[in-house]
Amino acid sequence: MKRLKFYIFLLLVAVSGSVAYASETSDSASAAINPKEIMFEHLLDGYGWEIPFDHHHRIPLPVIVWASDGLHCFSSSHLEHGHTYTDKGVTFAIAGPESPYKEKVVELTPEGEKRPWDFSITKNVCALFITVFLVLGLMIWLARFHKNHPYKAPRKGLGFLEVAVTFVYDGVVKPILGPSARKFAPYLMTVFFFILFMNLLGLIVIFPGGANLTGNIAVTLVLSICTFIATNMFANKHYWKEIFWPDVPLWLKFPLPIMPVIEIFGMFTKPAALTIRLFANMMGGHMIVITLTLLIFIFSAISPAAGGAATVVSLIFSIFMLLIDVLVSFIQAYVFTMLSTIFIGLANEHEHEKEDAADKGEIGKEIVDTLV
Amino acid sequence: MELFTPDFGLVFWMFIAFGILFLALWKFAWPVILKSVDSRADLIDKGVEYAQQAKAQLDNAKEEAQSFLNDARRQQADILREADKMKTQIIEQARSAAQVEAQKVMENAKVQIAQQQKEAQAQFRNQVSEFALEIAGKIVHNQMQQDKAQDKLVNSLLDEIENSK
Repeated sequence: MKRLKFYIFLLLVAVSGSVAYASETSDSASAAINPKEIMFEHLLDGYGWEIPFDHHHRIPLPVIVWASDGLHCFSSSHLEHGHTYTDKGVTFAIAGPESPYKEKVVELTPEGEKRPWDFSITKNVCALFITVFLVLGLMIWLARFHKNHPYKAPRKGLGFLEVAVTFVYDGVVKPILGPSARKFAPYLMTVFFFILFMNLLGLIVIFPGGANLTGNIAVTLVLSICTFIATNMFANKHYWKEIFWPDVPLWLKFPLPIMPVIEIFGMFTKPAALTIRLFANMMGGHMIVITLTLLIFIFSAISPAAGGAATVVSLIFSIFMLLIDVLVSFIQAYVFTMLSTIFIGLANEHEHEKEDAADKGEIGKEIVDTLV
Repeated sequence: MELFTPDFGLVFWMFIAFGILFLALWKFAWPVILKSVDSRADLIDKGVEYAQQAKAQLDNAKEEAQSFLNDARRQQADILREADKMKTQIIEQARSAAQVEAQKVMENAKVQIAQQQKEAQAQFRNQVSEFALEIAGKIVHNQMQQDKAQDKLVNSLLDEIENSK
């Protein structure tokens, strides 16, 4: 009962805050917000990292560009608020909303805007590094525990990590890959933990988190390219035979190679599906939470009462969505790992295990159908 | 749609970051962790098997102990029964021995009594003959005090001697 009262109190505070905000801003015309812009600002990459409650300052990050005359390296704080910056005689700016290079660093030349090779440590790259350090640190911690305490199971924080390790290793990698599990496990486990921590960090709204990393197609693309390489590099004869000379009636593969074309196409649709799946799922989650939050401001602009009501609804729904996103973070990491394992497993299967692998493929397909 | 166009810089850094992470974990973390996890799983499996075996052995041992106990009980009962038998036997033997002894003693006593009776009879006879002789002597003495009787007796005795020749 006491707890319920506390929650109601919190809710009232939130409502009154938004009402106050609405009554304060609804008069001034400058308060008109652009939800689309805000949403894309959060979903896309940026040259600085937002600070909560501060719209003017961002954590500056290094801009590294290979312009027409060579390498340039300077802080992103020079480019904030539409400023231009001249480094060693070359002027840079962040392109405006009308430019084809919207929100990206461009080189200002007499002929117009020119996009240099951009190696900047953007918000996403920085989040990437943070994730790498986090995963590396945690796993080396776990490895050290194992080295120092053989045959022991860790407790508490490390125990949770261990549960995740055995969950993926014993639950996915081993049953699908069988004897070659140890060969591919390092890659698959790395993928799992990397995606998991990127997802989870993305859910934290303030500094070390908040970057929509796995909801960025570049990240998922690289991951699925790695899976593609792993699949095809370690594929056996049987896999290649299935692609170029599958067990179908002759007219389907000669003289017109219909099936081989389809199979080769299939080689690329698998990683493409991986890319889009993870990207769309994670971006969707972020988008829903941002939309729900923006609803408060949209309704507050109409009337304070509507804003108050929208606050209650949005708050409840965004908490619900964020909790679901925690689950989704895990599921998406799991699914990406599992699909990679299945692709690698199918390319690696031995002749006598064909039926087994076919079963696995079926199971995989079912899981994909249910989850996508 | 900038959402669907992969950014070159991010792809580049992603390759590097993921590559470094993968290589570092491959080198330093996964072999140790996976080996440990595998060997621990093996250990647990073996432990369970061992425990099962131990339990089976324990059950066997219990049964064995029970059978030993039963054997011991049976033996005990046998021994007790035998002892009982022996006891009665010994008592019987003792009794018969005592009887024999008693009989011997009795027989001895009887023999002695008979002997003593004989002796007593002999003594008694001697005494009686002594008495008879004395009495006869006295009677003869009395009779011989008359001469006639003396002569008569001498004559008869002489007759007798003559007749016996």
